[in-house]
Amino acid sequence: MEPIVRHEGLVVCMNRVNVDTDQIIPKQFLKRIERDGFGEFLFFDWRYLPDGSPNPDFELNRPEAKGATILLVDDNFGCGSSREHAVWALRDYGFRVILAPSFADIFYNNCFKNGLLPIRIPRELYKQLSESHARGEWRRMTVDLEQQTAATDHGVTFSFEIDPHKRHMLLHGLDDIGITLQYEDEIARYEASRRPYQFVYA
Amino acid sequence: MGRTLFEKVWDAHVVKELPDGQTLLYIDLHLVHEVTSPQAFAGLRFAGRKVRRPELTFATMDHNVPTVNPKDVRDAIARKQIETLEQNCREFGVQLAGLDSPFQGIVHVIGPELGLTMPGKTIVCGDSHTSTHGAFGALAFGIGTSEVEHVLATQCLWQSRPKTMRIQLNGALQPGVTAKDVILGLIAKYGVNFGTGHVVEYAGSLIPQLSMEQRMTICNMSIEFGARAGMMAPDETTIAYVQGRRYAPKGEDWEACVAEWRELKSDLDAVFDVDVVFDVHDLEPQVTWGTNPGQGTGISGVVPDPKDAKSEEEALAIRQALEYMDLKPGTKISEIPIQHVFIGSCTNARIEDLRLAASIVKGRRVADGVRAVVVPGSKQVKQQAEAEGLHEIFLEAGFEWREPGCSACLGMNPDIIPAGERCASTSNRNFEGRQGKGARTHLVSPAMAAAAAIAGHFVDVRELTSEGVTA
Ligand code: SF4
Repeated sequence: MEPIVRHEGLVVCMNRVNVDTDQIIPKQFLKRIERDGFGEFLFFDWRYLPDGSPNPDFELNRPEAKGATILLVDDNFGCGSSREHAVWALRDYGFRVILAPSFADIFYNNCFKNGLLPIRIPRELYKQLSESHARGEWRRMTVDLEQQTAATDHGVTFSFEIDPHKRHMLLHGLDDIGITLQYEDEIARYEASRRPYQFVYA
Repeated sequence: MGRTLFEKVWDAHVVKELPDGQTLLYIDLHLVHEVTSPQAFAGLRFAGRKVRRPELTFATMDHNVPTVNPKDVRDAIARKQIETLEQNCREFGVQLAGLDSPFQGIVHVIGPELGLTMPGKTIVCGDSHTSTHGAFGALAFGIGTSEVEHVLATQCLWQSRPKTMRIQLNGALQPGVTAKDVILGLIAKYGVNFGTGHVVEYAGSLIPQLSMEQRMTICNMSIEFGARAGMMAPDETTIAYVQGRRYAPKGEDWEACVAEWRELKSDLDAVFDVDVVFDVHDLEPQVTWGTNPGQGTGISGVVPDPKDAKSEEEALAIRQALEYMDLKPGTKISEIPIQHVFIGSCTNARIEDLRLAASIVKGRRVADGVRAVVVPGSKQVKQQAEAEGLHEIFLEAGFEWREPGCSACLGMNPDIIPAGERCASTSNRNFEGRQGKGARTHLVSPAMAAAAAIAGHFVDVRELTSEGVTA
């Protein structure tokens, strides 16, 4: 997994609440058996008009959003279906960082498995940032995961909280399974301590 | 201080706790389906890893399966996913209830039905409605595909300890009001993210009055208000449900399990981070009017006006929803016409749901211009329903009677609601485009869906039943 230590990029703001994973990647695109190639279907129903042409009103399609790698979005982002395809699509499109007042739990966890950094920010700060962004006061942001700070290009700086374990994984691009297998002995000991009826009867 | 039900199950599954708060949790049952697993198996193969405990892993296919003729998968990519699961199960030694199995069905219907789901277990699946299994007093939650791979490889999962919430459901339901109305009413009152970060335990005087299937309906939709999981303490109803099922423990093992399950409940002095009380005695049948499960109201209600919203954000959300749903503020819910009825999904496609819907449909006809479909949750549900003659009641009334699968719950298979048309659906999500691009979904109970099929619009099922059913 590609680590993320410090990231500087263009910000696109979506002033929407409760964006669910069905919106992020509609189910007709879930049938692939690979992990890549989902970016072109990101936000499909919003992004394209019925005739297949880009919807000029959609946030990501505006000229000033071209090449955005940081998404600023309102409450409860990623709710609904557990599909990790939502994260794969955001990553494949080019996003590395998402800032929102809150995220749905499964989506939040999925981000860390794929080198996408979700940052929870206070609602007040969200309002301030989205409004000043809409007024065109700033466009880019630098996020420093090591320091747990971020700064906009018009000089607003703030720090953020993140679970130390998850931070460590992202900073080093670590594979969860490899880490877990270091605890092989503990797992085996645990299994030996359980009564067999806990297990499925074949 | 006492422990909650959740804490007892959690504590019994801790393999390792790290100083930073991460816990390696042992997983007792891993359910797998065709959509969220291919990349996980591919990851194992790529790294040369095995499935650690194939006997704790159980797979089926449900999302992509066509419900008219399941074998006739015309969509090449869907077929590829189904074949990939078959091949992965063969290669990694995982049990599969495939298209030929008498046990195939929606993953959250077959787990309980086969006795795989049991009190006290930790259960995961690459599917958010895994919360269903919490109705047995299991800790059950949905995971992403990377986590699916992790569980396949290690039978464990890293988790940070969630907060706890107790929701006391108190009172008795009026006739015609169901578990589905309870969960829809609860989410309408508290919103779609009040459970985020919490494992919820449902308690209160209502629970002992509910069958296992009704309990599953409530736990199923816990994820719709953001809860990590929903749980209910096992009782005699739970034990009676599990007993004798295909994979349930037998003999001495059974006795030992039952003894343990009887102790499996929150201690009286256990403390929850959040405590909520929800009274159900005057709850009406519910109908959603919007594009998230919290945007709903009682059948006597009206479509809300964004002007009356409590906040700017809420007003915006209402406006967006009404635009998508093509509804005007003030419209009576009972005046909204529907063109489709879908009785199915892991929320409401069990035998009791079908019995309830059939009791309303019996001797009546589906309204002109309405296409109504019943999709049993599993092969076993279908077989049972046919043994009871329910399929004939539906067919005579003008319903279609299908083969098991997720069907129009998410329209990943040929069952899609056309753009601009309205569906009374017993499923769990009314998100934009969920049942098909531009489709307008109204979530209801099986009783309300059946009543809407007959009337052609939403109608209070209590009025329909009080008229008496004329055969
Ligand atoms: S029935 Fe619907 S909610 Fe349930 S598992 Fe299938 S797609 Fe998901």
